Amino acid sequence: MNTTEVKGRSLWSDARRRFFQNKAAVAGLTALTIIVLISFIGPYFAVWSNEEIDWDVMGSAATLGMPSFENGHFFGTDDLGRDLYSRVLQGTRVSLMVGVIGAGISVIVGTIYGTVAGYVGGRTDQVMMRIVDILMSIPFMFVIILLLVVFGRSLVMLFVGIGMLSWLDMSRIVRGQTLTLKNKEFVEAARATGVSTPTIIRRHIVPNLLGIVAIYATLLVPAMILTESFISFLGLGVQEPLTSWGALISEGAGTIRYDTEWQLIVPLIFFVITLFSFFFIGDGLRDALDPKDR
Amino acid sequence: MLKYTFRRILVAIPTMLILIIISFLLMHAAPGGPFTSERPLPPQVLANIQAKYGLDDPLYVQLWEYMRGIILHFDFGPSFQRKDLTVNEIMAQGFPITFTYGALSFLTATLIGGTLGIVAAIRQNTFIDYFAVGVSIGAQVLPNFVMAPLLVWLFTLTLGWLPGGGWNGGAWQNLIMPVIALSTSYMASISRITRSSMLEVLNSNYIRTARAKGLPERTVILRHALKPSLVPLISYLGVAFVGMITGSVVIDIYFSTGGMGQAFVNSALNRDYSVMMGITILVGALTIIFALLADLLYAWVDPKIRY
Repeated sequence: MNTTEVKGRSLWSDARRRFFQNKAAVAGLTALTIIVLISFIGPYFAVWSNEEIDWDVMGSAATLGMPSFENGHFFGTDDLGRDLYSRVLQGTRVSLMVGVIGAGISVIVGTIYGTVAGYVGGRTDQVMMRIVDILMSIPFMFVIILLLVVFGRSLVMLFVGIGMLSWLDMSRIVRGQTLTLKNKEFVEAARATGVSTPTIIRRHIVPNLLGIVAIYATLLVPAMILTESFISFLGLGVQEPLTSWGALISEGAGTIRYDTEWQLIVPLIFFVITLFSFFFIGDGLRDALDPKDR
Repeated sequence: MLKYTFRRILVAIPTMLILIIISFLLMHAAPGGPFTSERPLPPQVLANIQAKYGLDDPLYVQLWEYMRGIILHFDFGPSFQRKDLTVNEIMAQGFPITFTYGALSFLTATLIGGTLGIVAAIRQNTFIDYFAVGVSIGAQVLPNFVMAPLLVWLFTLTLGWLPGGGWNGGAWQNLIMPVIALSTSYMASISRITRSSMLEVLNSNYIRTARAKGLPERTVILRHALKPSLVPLISYLGVAFVGMITGSVVIDIYFSTGGMGQAFVNSALNRDYSVMMGITILVGALTIIFALLADLLYAWVDPKIRY
């Protein structure tokens, strides 16, 4: 044996290797990358903008509005003669943004809340978790709709509503994980050498939580997208000319009896592929990062 | 158990009150009162109307009266837009409809999902198992608002078998599509949960003992494995129930079934705040009661849970 140096493998490089061996997860990652790229680069190839009405097509969308390359409507038009290609790309950006921001809020708020509750423990923990219990049993979908109606429909309000709901599960999961971590030897050692509580949380607890937070955040993105689509389907989400998958699916669903299936199918394909991708990536991450299966 | 029940109810009460207060304050934060219209009323008339509905009282008095009405008389006050109806009457029209297809969906999801999960676990790594897993993965991306238009496309527009909407007194033709649309994604989750818990049970020591002493496979599964494998499902049923009530909003809108969801969205679009609040609070109460029942059932079935 003349190997001069054995390179150590870190937890993360191990996880990366396992993740890339998982075919479904890699396929999900590829599909998701393609969708993100299309939604950002695609607009440069669009012939029509998402607001423009093609007056030639308007009124006879069922016959002239079919997907075709000749008139520049690659995915056809919607019922008003607006280009579905531009609208779907624009809706994709909104839906992905809602998903990512919702998950982002939950990561930040949920992690802080959960680690504090779990690490401090005792009465503080009990009160904090009781609050989460109470909030969890509120039917949030109805409260979000109430919020959107009362304060007017806007993207900001949608984020506020979704943000309120998203962090609850995360904080519970993080708290549970913190409870097991805080009794481990390395935390005890840190405490014994006089490291302050905030530093212990920042340097020793949070890095060890990253795995589970990453897994759960990936699974939260589709959950947030579903929530937003649900609200938009009811016509209470983002406002025209902005659109999102839920709004597009709702439009397509409304016009389906006029033989314009593409208005439902196109946004649905984007929606389904993205959700599948996130689920597969989440499962892949779980297999890669979960120490139980090692 | 009694202590646990008591503590659990103690949490449910403030939850309910918080929900009422949140919805009440939201309503009052709304710009414009219920009687603001394009033709402004003469100030004297407006003052009289507001006095009639108690809207000139200080906020805390109004909140107190509102809460008293709900708790003592189950009275949610008048509707602001449909002035000849009270919120109670509007809810009473919609609730039986929502409850009918909601309960049917709940049963469908639990029975089919549970059976699929159990059979998949017993026949692990066979065609049935792959089928069940495939269905449950596929159905994850088919929430009610995706299922509803696809079902109408298939059964109404292509095959022409079923009416595309309406309630028709709850005829079975009108029930099929709402129930399928509402139950699919929950059926998937239920089958996934049941399958994994059944697999865990089947690999446990006492099942090995039961098999070792020569019990027939049927007895092992029905007598020993079935009951414990259903325990994790209990806590999910609360979530599923809430999801179905929420989903009824989509069902009512898409199939025009006339349930509570339709009343909710109509009132949301017309800014009929008192109806929105009433429905939010009613759904909240159902949610909380159901979560409470699920937790108690869980604690009763599984003694390890008691805390």
